[in-house]
Amino acid sequence: MLTGFFFMLREGGMKPSVTELLTLLEALKKGVADYSVDDFYYLSRACLVKDESKFDQFDRIFAAHFQGIEDAIKTLSEELPDDWLRKQAELLLSNEERAQIEAMGGFEELMKALQKRLDEQEERHQGGNKWIGTAGTSPFGAYGYNPEGVRIGQQGSRHRRAVKVWDRREYRNLDGSVELGTRNIKIALRKLRKFARTGAADQLDLEATIDKTARNAGLLDIRMVPERHNAIKVLLCLDIGGSMDDHVRVCEELFSATRTEFKHLEHFYFHNFVYESLWKDNRRRHAERIPTSEITHKYGPDYKLIFVGDATMSPYEIVYAGGSVEHWNEEPGAVWIKRLLSAYPKAVWLNPEPRKRWDYTPSVKLTRELMDDRMFPLTLSGLDDGIKALQ
Amino acid sequence: MTDKKFDGTSSYVATDDLKLAVNAAVTLERPILIKGEPGTGKTQLALEVASALGRPLFEWHIKSTTKAQQGLYDYDAVARLRDSQLGDDRVHDIANYIVRGKIWDAFASDDQPVLLIDEIDKADIEFPNDLLQELDRMEFFVYETKQLVKARNRPIVIITSNNEKELPDAFLRRCFFHYIKFPDRETMGRIIDVHYPGLKKTLLKEALEAFYKVRDVPGLKKKPSTSELLDWIKLLVAEDIPPEALRAGDSRKAIPPLYGALLKNEQDVHLFEQLVFLDRRSSTQ
Repeated sequence: MLTGFFFMLREGGMKPSVTELLTLLEALKKGVADYSVDDFYYLSRACLVKDESKFDQFDRIFAAHFQGIEDAIKTLSEELPDDWLRKQAELLLSNEERAQIEAMGGFEELMKALQKRLDEQEERHQGGNKWIGTAGTSPFGAYGYNPEGVRIGQQGSRHRRAVKVWDRREYRNLDGSVELGTRNIKIALRKLRKFARTGAADQLDLEATIDKTARNAGLLDIRMVPERHNAIKVLLCLDIGGSMDDHVRVCEELFSATRTEFKHLEHFYFHNFVYESLWKDNRRRHAERIPTSEITHKYGPDYKLIFVGDATMSPYEIVYAGGSVEHWNEEPGAVWIKRLLSAYPKAVWLNPEPRKRWDYTPSVKLTRELMDDRMFPLTLSGLDDGIKALQ
Repeated sequence: MTDKKFDGTSSYVATDDLKLAVNAAVTLERPILIKGEPGTGKTQLALEVASALGRPLFEWHIKSTTKAQQGLYDYDAVARLRDSQLGDDRVHDIANYIVRGKIWDAFASDDQPVLLIDEIDKADIEFPNDLLQELDRMEFFVYETKQLVKARNRPIVIITSNNEKELPDAFLRRCFFHYIKFPDRETMGRIIDVHYPGLKKTLLKEALEAFYKVRDVPGLKKKPSTSELLDWIKLLVAEDIPPEALRAGDSRKAIPPLYGALLKNEQDVHLFEQLVFLDRRSSTQ
């Protein structure tokens, strides 16, 4: 039974390993879960899921796989659901209301209907008279007016039937639905690291101390050195808005990974292509612009320049003065990128568009020529190649 | 092996899933990784587990500069060099200059200890990988003295993380995992009861009401957490604020008193005041 569950999890896109399954079996063997479904759910979650954003996915698979288990237990011990029902009724309903529910087909019917609706319902909901949510007149939801109303998300955990714990999918809003790749990006970026010693000398240099002491005929001569820091400096220019909206997530990931990985990181935004000015705060892109020439003066040639953009636009935006979609540019973008590239010889362009589509867009071809072919796809292998080009 | 079970303590309310995860880790002698919002009692858990099971506790707090090696041992070369200058006899035995780290301390403990590795995500991205073998086999090798240090009793290892960095898969596979969910109202009531027994029921009810209302304000940078709620209630009790003052129904006093204990961010305070202002205006119209 558990191997079936295990493979179902893997088919469902989760990645439990064999060691984790063995851990779960060992824990079961040692009686950690005490044979209750509720405990088994908690235990298998603690063993097999290591990321809270995957809890929701796990809940869904668990519910799908163990559907019917509850019914089996019910036939084994009739009093369990009765007991639970009574508690629920005490908690939420008055006597008259209980009578009303009986008239409507009983509590179990209500719960079945609730399950059905949870399956149908896609989002959080407020108001209305059918969907589960808040402040409505549907029988399900919170703060409702229906006498046979079932509260969602309000009842105490002690009275909850085991199956509900996963069926209610409490971890839904944590589900990122896509795997975050910041760790992988960081690992790739590490290759860019170059350590140098700067700052106050506060670490003992063991080798130099021994060397000096020996030369000093055994008289102690302590040598100190500054701590090593990652000395790499990066200018990151991100294309924002327009066609880049499709790639916001991967750009955010890259940005957050670079932010923590480099001490010297400056970021700027541009729209479609670089012209005479860039900006740092996208909300004030029209008010606070920084002249591109100021950037090249301020940051020395030891900075590495990384452009991130899909380079998808009209070719006029690159080669003609006044080609920009946003403003009148006195000089064409091609001139500005050449200036930047001469100021920063180490530069790459990362393109979130897949490589196979590059040839169909003339502006991508143009940008590649301007960059001397240093354009790489914004994937892990592309990032690797790009970093090699930067070194 | 002991059959003692962790069941929460008089000063710590543990939910069923947390208890189960901890007991699984205790029974199988594997590390447990605890994540959750700041202020939900992750670090506290280790202290409580140690006191509930009556075990010695070793705390290892991780900083951004912490290296995995420091948890095992340090070789104090400087002291040895100095001793050699002074002609101290200790200098001939290198073992005199091996300084034990927290993990070694825990391994050497006579009783099965609880080892807390706090905020593992603060350290370098490779840090957890460097501890795989040590946490798996509960042993390590001291190169200077050619000595194998083995745990006398496999410690109960509790690791906390604030999710600042993602942890490597190989590390995660060796741990149990628990995410401390933000407590619901009922659990929160029990938590407060544990910390401030005999609190006026009305005050508690109103305070919780106000607290969850503040948490529900959209766009807060830092939502107030359990520890902030406890601080706030302490202040309310100390200042003897009547429960009526907390009732948000009175629109003129819609900002809860002493709210500085709940909102720690200038922007949040500002946002909150704006919302209250808007709310007040719409209610007077």
